[in-house]
Amino acid sequence: MYDFDIERPSRIADAVKLMSDSTDAQPLGGGQTLIPTLKQRLASPERLVSMAGIDEMVGICKDDAGRLCIGGATTHAAVAADGSYPGLSGLAARIGDPAVRNRGTIGGSLANNDPAACYPAAALGSGATIVTNKREIAADDYFRGMFDTALEEGEIITEVKFPIPEVSHYAKFVQPASRFALVGVFVAKFADGVRVAVTGASESGVHRWSAAEEALSRSFSAGSIGSLEAPSADGLITDLHGTGAYRAHLVKVMTGRAVAAAS
Amino acid sequence: MTKVTMTVNGKTVSKEVEGRTLLSAMLREQLNLTGTHIGCDTSQCGACVVHVNGEAVKSCTMFAAEADGAEVKTIEGMANADGSLSTIQAAFQEHHGLQCGFCTPGMVMSAAALLKDNPKPSEAEVREYLEGNLCRCTGYHNIVKAIMAASGQDVPAVAAE
Amino acid sequence: MPKDGGIGASSKRREDLRFLTGKGKYTDDINLRDQTYAYFIRSDVAHGTINSIDISAAMKMPGVERVFTASDFEGVGGVPCGWQVTDRHGQPMQEPKHPVLAEGKVRHVGDPIAVVVADSLAEARDAAEQVEIDITELPAVLNMKDALNDGATKVHDDLTSNLCYDWGFVEENRDAVDAAIKGAHHVTTLELKNNRLVANPMEPRVAVADFDSSTDEYTLYTTSQNPHVIRLLMGAFVLGIPEHKLRVVAPDVGGGFGAKIYHYAEEAFCTFAAKQIGRPVKWTSSRSEAFMSDAHGRDHVTKIELALDKDGKFLALRTDTHANMGAYLSTFAPSIPTWLHGTLMAGNYTTPLIYVNVKAVFTNTVPVDAYRGAGRPEATFQLERVVDKAAREMGIDPVELRRKNFITEFPYATPVAVEYDTGDYHATMDKLLELSDHAGFEARAATSKANGKLRGFGIAHYIEACGIAPSNLVGQLGARAGLYESATVRVNATGSISVMTGSHSHGQGHETSFAQVVAEMIGIDESQIDIVHGDTAKTPMGMGTYGSRSIAVGGSAMVRATEKIINKARKIAAHLMEASEADIELKDGQFTVAGTDKSVAWGDVTLAAYVPHNYPLEDIEPGLEETAFYDPANFTYPSGAYGCEVEVDPETGKVTVLGFTAADDFGNIINPMIVEGQVHGGLAQGIGQAMIENCAYDDDGQLLSGSYMDYAMPRADDLPMFTVDHSSVTPCTHNPLGVKGCGEAGAIGSPPALVNAVVDALQRAGHDVTHIDMPLSPDRVWAAMNS
Repeated sequence: MYDFDIERPSRIADAVKLMSDSTDAQPLGGGQTLIPTLKQRLASPERLVSMAGIDEMVGICKDDAGRLCIGGATTHAAVAADGSYPGLSGLAARIGDPAVRNRGTIGGSLANNDPAACYPAAALGSGATIVTNKREIAADDYFRGMFDTALEEGEIITEVKFPIPEVSHYAKFVQPASRFALVGVFVAKFADGVRVAVTGASESGVHRWSAAEEALSRSFSAGSIGSLEAPSADGLITDLHGTGAYRAHLVKVMTGRAVAAAS
Repeated sequence: MTKVTMTVNGKTVSKEVEGRTLLSAMLREQLNLTGTHIGCDTSQCGACVVHVNGEAVKSCTMFAAEADGAEVKTIEGMANADGSLSTIQAAFQEHHGLQCGFCTPGMVMSAAALLKDNPKPSEAEVREYLEGNLCRCTGYHNIVKAIMAASGQDVPAVAAE
Repeated sequence: MPKDGGIGASSKRREDLRFLTGKGKYTDDINLRDQTYAYFIRSDVAHGTINSIDISAAMKMPGVERVFTASDFEGVGGVPCGWQVTDRHGQPMQEPKHPVLAEGKVRHVGDPIAVVVADSLAEARDAAEQVEIDITELPAVLNMKDALNDGATKVHDDLTSNLCYDWGFVEENRDAVDAAIKGAHHVTTLELKNNRLVANPMEPRVAVADFDSSTDEYTLYTTSQNPHVIRLLMGAFVLGIPEHKLRVVAPDVGGGFGAKIYHYAEEAFCTFAAKQIGRPVKWTSSRSEAFMSDAHGRDHVTKIELALDKDGKFLALRTDTHANMGAYLSTFAPSIPTWLHGTLMAGNYTTPLIYVNVKAVFTNTVPVDAYRGAGRPEATFQLERVVDKAAREMGIDPVELRRKNFITEFPYATPVAVEYDTGDYHATMDKLLELSDHAGFEARAATSKANGKLRGFGIAHYIEACGIAPSNLVGQLGARAGLYESATVRVNATGSISVMTGSHSHGQGHETSFAQVVAEMIGIDESQIDIVHGDTAKTPMGMGTYGSRSIAVGGSAMVRATEKIINKARKIAAHLMEASEADIELKDGQFTVAGTDKSVAWGDVTLAAYVPHNYPLEDIEPGLEETAFYDPANFTYPSGAYGCEVEVDPETGKVTVLGFTAADDFGNIINPMIVEGQVHGGLAQGIGQAMIENCAYDDDGQLLSGSYMDYAMPRADDLPMFTVDHSSVTPCTHNPLGVKGCGEAGAIGSPPALVNAVVDALQRAGHDVTHIDMPLSPDRVWAAMNS
């Protein structure tokens, strides 16, 4: 690693100032992805601003609209234990491993937007709102492709607001080495329709599968997926662990399983 | 360099560290607690697992500065006060849950964290919990057995060879 | 009734106390005063010409002691190869130089080019970024068959081609085998790959070297399975240091699996540099570095043909293998696809005619050498796959086809030059079928089917050869070393014992099991005996631990040395009791005179040896310390029957191992608990190979599986509880303990069992799938089902 300073502010305002004071500052969530990246010297920030000590960014509550509001520095373990949005807690419980879940945060994961990460599927699949120190961003506008988001330089995810669907489930098919999602599908059924978000599969990162959403909005059953064509393999990832065609097939299978298991 | 102060295995320690100093590096190099091991650089192997404020974390994926003010427990702090092996450690020896010993500190720390949250885990729960701890020697069979035994449960009949 | 000590007891491991409390002392835990840190700059291309290396800027960086390149190693030898294979035509293999640092060319991703030595690792890494290296990239040689084409790019310009050797075995059988296959009732043919693996001991390699200018003595602490071998190879062939000025210490070592047998450039570098700069030099491999610098394993491409008569009797076997050597010859690389592979091709069967052809090929990849099993898994995999395929083709039950061809008379001389001393293959097969509830399989398969899953059962039988020997024979086969083992038994005045062994324990529990043997022989408590290993300054010259040799060879040396001790002690006891030596008996640590009530305790005899007041000084010397070197008369031949039960998810191709049963014959057992642990670990590695592990390069020679993000290591939830059994015992006839060795069996027998099980599952479901190359990852299984 190159050296840097670590700052541990206790208020969002201080964090924002520490970010803007430096020419090359980076927010530090749980560090579960950032630290391995730094070890490889793939990034050379001058300053890391840790979110862990900002109490107003840690915790889970419901807002007046009934949305589940999760502070940006809340760990995966805390979300997994919460249970008030079972599909989301179930997803959080399958990120990484227990020690990773004790450090990794929702804000860090969404800011990084790894194309095989789990949380982006939940945020997009729930139609969540990403709240930053500057603004609120709808999930549909937030994810811009692999490792790319709508976040601007120095912008910090302070909270994520999840509408709670009637039923939901995340079906994850793991890549055997990294245990990230080879394909992960988050299905959420709301009163006004169904959202299906797919992670792990596409070269453009997390995305919605509109054909499945339409079919499931008409009839929310695994059978609705069974009669669909698998999505096109164009633009899907081909690597050591699976071809685009295999991933396309898995998208369909995992969507069906998510629907079948949705509760 | 910044000064960090934390409690490690019940003792208060203060050290000057760089921003990039990992908790694992501070433990191994500055405190000479070499029981915490480094087996990978992608946060996968779990040989470095310690407890920070009672929770299992990968000390190679946490900066020492972030542990300022924390209570840290390492494998060196796991034995009973009289120096005898704790229940989990004794179960690992009894059931041959270790061979080369390199992954063992992380395994013991993870096992302790598991049993704190889930005192009577099923075999499947033990295996799932160990997702972040790699062992190349044991095939996990005897590790699972040891943890089941440490929880006071009969080890599965199938595990009786 | 379990024993509570000595041979056959599941004694708890004494080494666990330090490992469980964080007090183990691994090489990276060693820090020497004023030490420096080495950072290796490695090639990021697979093949290229080094045009220039400019270290001037790096030399000026803070903390930098020195930057080394190949020019600093003029006059230093290359990293040697320990085995010379002779080809089909009687010619020696092609043997390129393996420089410590790349000379003029880089030949694989990870090939070391320069090293920065600095006060801290961070400073060394900072300075490394300032080293300017200009490389012209060359086409990478990756596909072994293409590499042998005329005009192919050469990995080594000074060799005639990329062919290391073309080995035929037994060459005299070639025509007869061809004829037998041509005229056979049935021939089953299978083309397959044995996937390249990375050993991945959880402790990465480390070297810490020191030089004392006042005595001209070097000390190297290193993560090795065989410190004496490192001392000999590095001292004699690379750096020119006589043994008495070079101490090599391998302290607690965190697993090896073969990858820590070899002498590596980093060890030679640190030792060399420590003298050059006058300070200790430490290198600790990162895991990413390990993937591109530890020797890899396997990587064979094979065509195998099995000829059978109409009743299913095996008539002849012919195999044709391309074996990847990588860019340079690692220490034992040439021997793996030849003498450790071809000699095992008879398996457990009476096949009368066998011919093995192996072409070893240089490619622009990391050198390949022994990995747990080393050649024997490759032999077993192809044989047990082709036997299974033949059974299906001929409509014979796979168990019955194997039984029909089992060797039943021992000793048995195979057509591939080895003689099995003992075995009972029907017994292990019977045990397997019983323990795996083979009879209940159909009912379980029906349940799976009802749940939408495909269940399959696969078996494999294996033969292993452990403790490669004897030295005079292996010398004729090309080994440049002896393969004996040593032990010194030092009895102290009050009767406690230190045993210095040339074997090395890096997980095997020798400190416990070796003590059990000596305790049994003398009849004293195990706690009276300490096992000392891993330090050339303390132990006699020994060859170390690999190839499941430690108890069979190292244990036998210890028995021989202990016998000498007992013989001498009997003389002393006879003197003390004024009796005839012939009447002296030793039991439970007491010497007695037969037919009398006279006795003298072990401790009294040992005290007399060191305080020889009442002592036969005219006949024997004082003291009680003996050394033995044991050179085995033959290999040992463990064998076993393995069964794997899987379920395949037809929608995703995911394979779940539901159960795995291993019924082994290891001969006599010293510590059942440790033996079972060895089998468990081997099974996990074999299942890992068959199911998820894969070291892959892209077409440019870039390592695709360069970290745990892409190289899948078996985790706890990938594996089931195992059922292991070692109650079938046919003791080895030629070593004093009757032991055979158990370290590699699990990794040898399990891959074909798993693949056979998956093929079984798919065929039962009507898929016309006869083979899938390992690993049987979900995408491959799905593709096979849908092709």
